[in-house]
Amino acid sequence: MSRKTLTFALMDPPYESENLTTAFRLLDVAARRGYNLNVFAYEGASGLAFTRQAPHPNPVHGKDVAEENHPTTKDQVAALLVEAQKNGGKVDWVNCGMCVDERGVNEFVPGTRRGSPADFHAFTEASDNVLVIPTK
Amino acid sequence: MAKKTLNIVESAYRAVMEEQDDTIMWLLAAMQGAGAEHTVVLRGNAVNYAVAGQGVPGLTVGEWKQTQAPKMDRDLVDLIEKRKIPVYIVEEDLAERGIERGELVPGVKLVSRTALPGLFAEHVLVSHW
Repeated sequence: MSRKTLTFALMDPPYESENLTTAFRLLDVAARRGYNLNVFAYEGASGLAFTRQAPHPNPVHGKDVAEENHPTTKDQVAALLVEAQKNGGKVDWVNCGMCVDERGVNEFVPGTRRGSPADFHAFTEASDNVLVIPTK
Repeated sequence: MAKKTLNIVESAYRAVMEEQDDTIMWLLAAMQGAGAEHTVVLRGNAVNYAVAGQGVPGLTVGEWKQTQAPKMDRDLVDLIEKRKIPVYIVEEDLAERGIERGELVPGVKLVSRTALPGLFAEHVLVSHW
Protein backbone atom coordinates (compact mmCIF):
# COMPACT_ATOMS: atom_id res chain seq x y z
CA MET A 1 0.00 0.00 0.00
CA SER A 2 1.39 3.41 -0.87
CA ARG A 3 2.28 5.84 1.85
CA LYS A 4 -0.54 8.25 2.64
CA THR A 5 -0.04 11.99 2.42
CA LEU A 6 -1.94 14.33 4.68
CA THR A 7 -2.07 18.10 4.53
CA PHE A 8 -2.77 20.35 7.49
CA ALA A 9 -3.46 24.07 7.27
CA LEU A 10 -2.85 25.90 10.53
CA MET A 11 -3.74 29.50 11.30
CA ASP A 12 -3.41 30.16 15.02
CA PRO A 13 -0.37 31.93 16.41
CA PRO A 14 1.64 30.16 19.09
CA TYR A 15 0.61 30.65 22.73
CA GLU A 16 -2.91 31.90 22.06
CA SER A 17 -5.27 28.96 21.67
CA GLU A 18 -5.66 25.24 22.18
CA ASN A 19 -6.05 24.61 18.45
CA LEU A 20 -2.35 24.08 18.03
CA THR A 21 -2.19 21.53 20.82
CA THR A 22 -4.83 19.56 18.94
CA ALA A 23 -2.90 20.02 15.70
CA PHE A 24 0.36 18.80 17.20
CA ARG A 25 -1.33 15.78 18.75
CA LEU A 26 -2.67 14.82 15.32
CA LEU A 27 0.61 15.54 13.59
CA ASP A 28 2.48 13.47 16.15
CA VAL A 29 0.26 10.44 15.60
CA ALA A 30 0.53 10.80 11.84
CA ALA A 31 4.31 11.07 12.02
CA ARG A 32 4.49 7.97 14.23
CA ARG A 33 2.49 6.10 11.58
CA GLY A 34 4.92 7.12 8.89
CA TYR A 35 2.59 9.32 6.86
CA ASN A 36 3.95 12.03 4.65
CA LEU A 37 2.84 15.35 6.06
CA ASN A 38 2.38 18.72 4.48
CA VAL A 39 1.80 21.71 6.72
CA PHE A 40 0.81 25.12 5.46
CA ALA A 41 1.47 27.54 8.30
CA TYR A 42 -0.67 30.55 7.51
CA GLU A 43 -1.21 33.87 9.28
CA GLY A 44 -0.26 33.57 12.97
CA ALA A 45 0.84 29.98 12.54
CA SER A 46 3.74 31.23 10.45
CA GLY A 47 5.40 31.96 13.79
CA LEU A 48 5.34 28.35 14.98
CA ALA A 49 8.76 27.55 13.53
CA PHE A 50 10.36 30.90 14.43
CA THR A 51 13.72 29.97 15.86
CA ARG A 52 14.13 32.88 18.27
CA GLN A 53 11.40 31.64 20.62
CA ALA A 54 12.89 31.18 24.07
CA PRO A 55 11.63 29.41 27.18
CA HIS A 56 11.23 31.53 30.26
CA PRO A 57 11.01 31.09 34.03
CA ASN A 58 7.64 31.34 35.74
CA PRO A 59 7.82 33.50 38.85
CA VAL A 60 4.14 32.93 39.60
CA HIS A 61 4.81 29.19 39.72
CA GLY A 62 8.06 29.83 41.56
CA LYS A 63 10.03 27.94 38.92
CA ASP A 64 13.23 28.82 37.13
CA VAL A 65 13.76 28.20 33.42
CA ALA A 66 14.78 24.58 33.88
CA GLU A 67 12.00 23.72 36.30
CA GLU A 68 9.27 25.40 34.24
CA ASN A 69 10.55 23.70 31.09
CA HIS A 70 8.32 25.96 29.06
CA PRO A 71 7.32 24.49 25.73
CA THR A 72 8.17 26.31 22.54
CA THR A 73 6.46 25.49 19.29
CA LYS A 74 9.78 25.62 17.43
CA ASP A 75 10.88 22.61 19.47
CA GLN A 76 7.63 20.81 18.65
CA VAL A 77 8.12 21.51 14.95
CA ALA A 78 11.69 20.23 15.08
CA ALA A 79 10.60 17.10 16.96
CA LEU A 80 7.90 16.47 14.39
CA LEU A 81 10.41 16.54 11.55
CA VAL A 82 12.64 14.05 13.35
CA GLU A 83 9.78 11.73 14.23
CA ALA A 84 8.47 11.63 10.68
CA GLN A 85 11.90 10.90 9.28
CA LYS A 86 12.44 8.15 11.85
CA ASN A 87 9.31 6.40 10.65
CA GLY A 88 9.98 6.75 6.95
CA GLY A 89 7.74 9.72 6.33
CA LYS A 90 8.62 13.25 5.42
CA VAL A 91 7.31 16.64 6.41
CA ASP A 92 7.04 19.56 4.04
CA TRP A 93 6.41 22.46 6.40
CA VAL A 94 5.73 25.70 4.56
CA ASN A 95 5.69 29.05 6.31
CA CYS A 96 3.58 31.57 4.39
CA GLY A 97 6.13 34.08 3.15
CA MET A 98 4.03 37.21 3.31
CA CYS A 99 2.80 36.20 6.76
CA VAL A 100 6.33 35.83 8.13
CA ASP A 101 7.43 39.09 6.56
CA GLU A 102 4.71 41.17 8.15
CA ARG A 103 5.40 39.52 11.52
CA GLY A 104 9.20 39.61 11.28
CA VAL A 105 9.44 35.90 12.00
CA ASN A 106 11.44 34.82 8.97
CA GLU A 107 14.03 32.68 10.75
CA PHE A 108 12.76 29.12 10.55
CA VAL A 109 13.53 25.77 12.09
CA PRO A 110 15.86 23.99 9.62
CA GLY A 111 13.86 21.66 7.43
CA THR A 112 10.94 24.06 7.11
CA ARG A 113 10.72 26.52 4.28
CA ARG A 114 9.20 29.71 3.01
CA GLY A 115 6.28 29.37 0.61
CA SER A 116 3.02 30.77 -0.68
CA PRO A 117 -0.65 29.91 -1.19
CA ALA A 118 0.44 28.12 -4.35
CA ASP A 119 2.13 25.56 -2.10
CA PHE A 120 -1.12 24.99 -0.23
CA HIS A 121 -2.85 24.46 -3.56
CA ALA A 122 -0.19 21.97 -4.61
CA PHE A 123 -0.45 20.21 -1.24
CA THR A 124 -4.21 19.91 -1.62
CA GLU A 125 -3.93 18.45 -5.09
CA ALA A 126 -1.34 15.89 -4.03
CA SER A 127 -2.83 14.77 -0.71
CA ASP A 128 -5.07 11.92 0.31
CA ASN A 129 -6.81 14.26 2.70
CA VAL A 130 -6.67 17.81 3.98
CA LEU A 131 -7.51 19.15 7.40
CA VAL A 132 -7.93 22.86 8.00
CA ILE A 133 -7.67 23.96 11.62
CA PRO A 134 -8.72 27.58 11.37
CA THR A 135 -8.70 30.48 13.76
CA LYS A 136 -12.18 31.03 15.18
CA MET B 1 -4.07 52.18 47.97
CA ALA B 2 -4.70 50.10 44.86
CA LYS B 3 -7.98 50.32 43.01
CA LYS B 4 -10.05 47.28 43.84
CA THR B 5 -10.67 45.43 40.61
CA LEU B 6 -13.23 42.74 39.94
CA ASN B 7 -12.10 40.37 37.19
CA ILE B 8 -14.79 38.35 35.50
CA VAL B 9 -13.09 35.45 33.76
CA GLU B 10 -15.18 33.71 31.13
CA SER B 11 -12.68 32.50 28.53
CA ALA B 12 -11.46 29.09 29.66
CA TYR B 13 -8.71 26.67 28.67
CA ARG B 14 -7.38 29.03 26.03
CA ALA B 15 -3.66 28.48 25.46
CA VAL B 16 -3.27 26.78 28.84
CA MET B 17 -1.29 23.90 27.33
CA GLU B 18 1.18 26.17 25.60
CA GLU B 19 1.49 28.59 28.51
CA GLN B 20 1.18 25.90 31.20
CA ASP B 21 -1.33 28.09 33.01
CA ASP B 22 -4.26 30.41 32.30
CA THR B 23 -2.88 33.71 31.07
CA ILE B 24 -5.39 35.81 33.01
CA MET B 25 -4.94 33.94 36.29
CA TRP B 26 -1.21 34.31 35.79
CA LEU B 27 -1.54 38.03 35.08
CA LEU B 28 -3.65 38.63 38.17
CA ALA B 29 -1.24 36.70 40.38
CA ALA B 30 1.69 38.67 39.03
CA MET B 31 -0.13 42.00 39.42
CA GLN B 32 -1.14 41.12 42.98
CA GLY B 33 2.53 40.68 43.71
CA ALA B 34 3.08 44.21 42.40
CA GLY B 35 0.50 45.65 44.78
CA ALA B 36 -2.78 45.28 42.90
CA GLU B 37 -5.97 44.30 44.66
CA HIS B 38 -7.95 41.80 42.67
CA THR B 39 -11.08 39.72 43.03
CA VAL B 40 -12.02 36.98 40.56
CA VAL B 41 -15.41 35.80 39.38
CA LEU B 42 -15.41 32.66 37.28
CA ARG B 43 -18.39 32.39 34.97
CA GLY B 44 -19.36 30.36 31.91
CA ASN B 45 -16.96 27.58 31.02
CA ALA B 46 -14.34 29.04 33.36
CA VAL B 47 -16.24 27.67 36.37
CA ASN B 48 -14.60 24.36 35.49
CA TYR B 49 -11.27 25.73 36.68
CA ALA B 50 -12.53 25.14 40.23
CA VAL B 51 -13.14 21.41 39.81
CA ALA B 52 -10.67 19.56 42.00
CA GLY B 53 -8.47 16.79 40.67
CA GLN B 54 -8.41 17.86 37.04
CA GLY B 55 -5.38 17.49 34.84
CA VAL B 56 -4.21 16.58 31.40
CA PRO B 57 -1.28 14.61 30.05
CA GLY B 58 1.47 16.78 28.65
CA LEU B 59 1.80 17.17 24.92
CA THR B 60 4.17 14.76 23.19
CA VAL B 61 5.65 15.27 19.73
CA GLY B 62 8.06 12.54 18.80
CA GLU B 63 10.82 12.52 21.40
CA TRP B 64 9.79 15.93 22.74
CA LYS B 65 7.68 15.76 25.89
CA GLN B 66 5.94 18.44 27.92
CA THR B 67 6.76 17.91 31.58
CA GLN B 68 4.80 20.71 33.27
CA ALA B 69 1.27 20.39 31.92
CA PRO B 70 -1.19 22.86 33.43
CA LYS B 71 -3.29 22.14 36.49
CA MET B 72 -5.95 24.75 36.81
CA ASP B 73 -7.30 23.60 40.17
CA ARG B 74 -3.82 23.92 41.66
CA ASP B 75 -3.42 27.42 40.24
CA LEU B 76 -6.80 28.45 41.62
CA VAL B 77 -5.88 27.25 45.10
CA ASP B 78 -2.65 29.21 44.76
CA LEU B 79 -4.63 32.36 43.96
CA ILE B 80 -6.84 31.90 46.99
CA GLU B 81 -4.38 30.68 49.58
CA LYS B 82 -1.07 32.24 48.60
CA ARG B 83 -2.15 35.40 46.80
CA LYS B 84 -5.18 36.03 48.99
CA ILE B 85 -7.33 36.76 45.94
CA PRO B 86 -11.03 36.05 46.58
CA VAL B 87 -12.46 33.72 43.93
CA TYR B 88 -16.20 33.58 43.31
CA ILE B 89 -18.01 31.05 41.12
CA VAL B 90 -21.34 31.84 39.49
CA GLU B 91 -23.50 29.12 40.94
CA GLU B 92 -26.01 29.01 38.09
CA ASP B 93 -23.16 28.32 35.66
CA LEU B 94 -22.03 25.44 37.85
CA ALA B 95 -25.53 24.01 37.96
CA GLU B 96 -25.96 24.26 34.18
CA ARG B 97 -22.85 22.12 33.80
CA GLY B 98 -23.87 19.58 36.41
CA ILE B 99 -20.99 20.42 38.73
CA GLU B 100 -21.68 19.89 42.42
CA ARG B 101 -20.32 22.11 45.20
CA GLY B 102 -18.48 19.14 46.65
CA GLU B 103 -16.40 18.78 43.49
CA LEU B 104 -14.75 22.18 43.92
CA VAL B 105 -11.41 23.10 45.42
CA PRO B 106 -11.60 24.53 48.95
CA GLY B 107 -11.85 28.27 49.42
CA VAL B 108 -13.97 29.25 46.44
CA LYS B 109 -17.17 31.18 47.13
CA LEU B 110 -20.43 30.76 45.28
CA VAL B 111 -22.28 33.82 44.04
CA SER B 112 -25.63 33.95 42.28
CA ARG B 113 -26.15 36.00 39.14
CA THR B 114 -28.55 38.24 40.99
CA ALA B 115 -25.88 39.04 43.58
CA LEU B 116 -23.29 40.14 41.03
CA PRO B 117 -24.34 43.81 40.99
CA GLY B 118 -23.52 43.90 44.68
CA LEU B 119 -20.01 42.69 43.92
CA PHE B 120 -19.68 45.27 41.16
CA ALA B 121 -20.57 47.99 43.65
CA GLU B 122 -17.78 46.90 45.96
CA HIS B 123 -15.11 47.44 43.31
CA VAL B 124 -13.74 50.50 41.53
CA LEU B 125 -13.06 48.67 38.27
CA VAL B 126 -14.66 45.68 36.59
CA SER B 127 -12.68 43.82 33.93
CA HIS B 128 -14.36 41.18 31.81
CA TRP B 129 -11.90 38.68 30.33
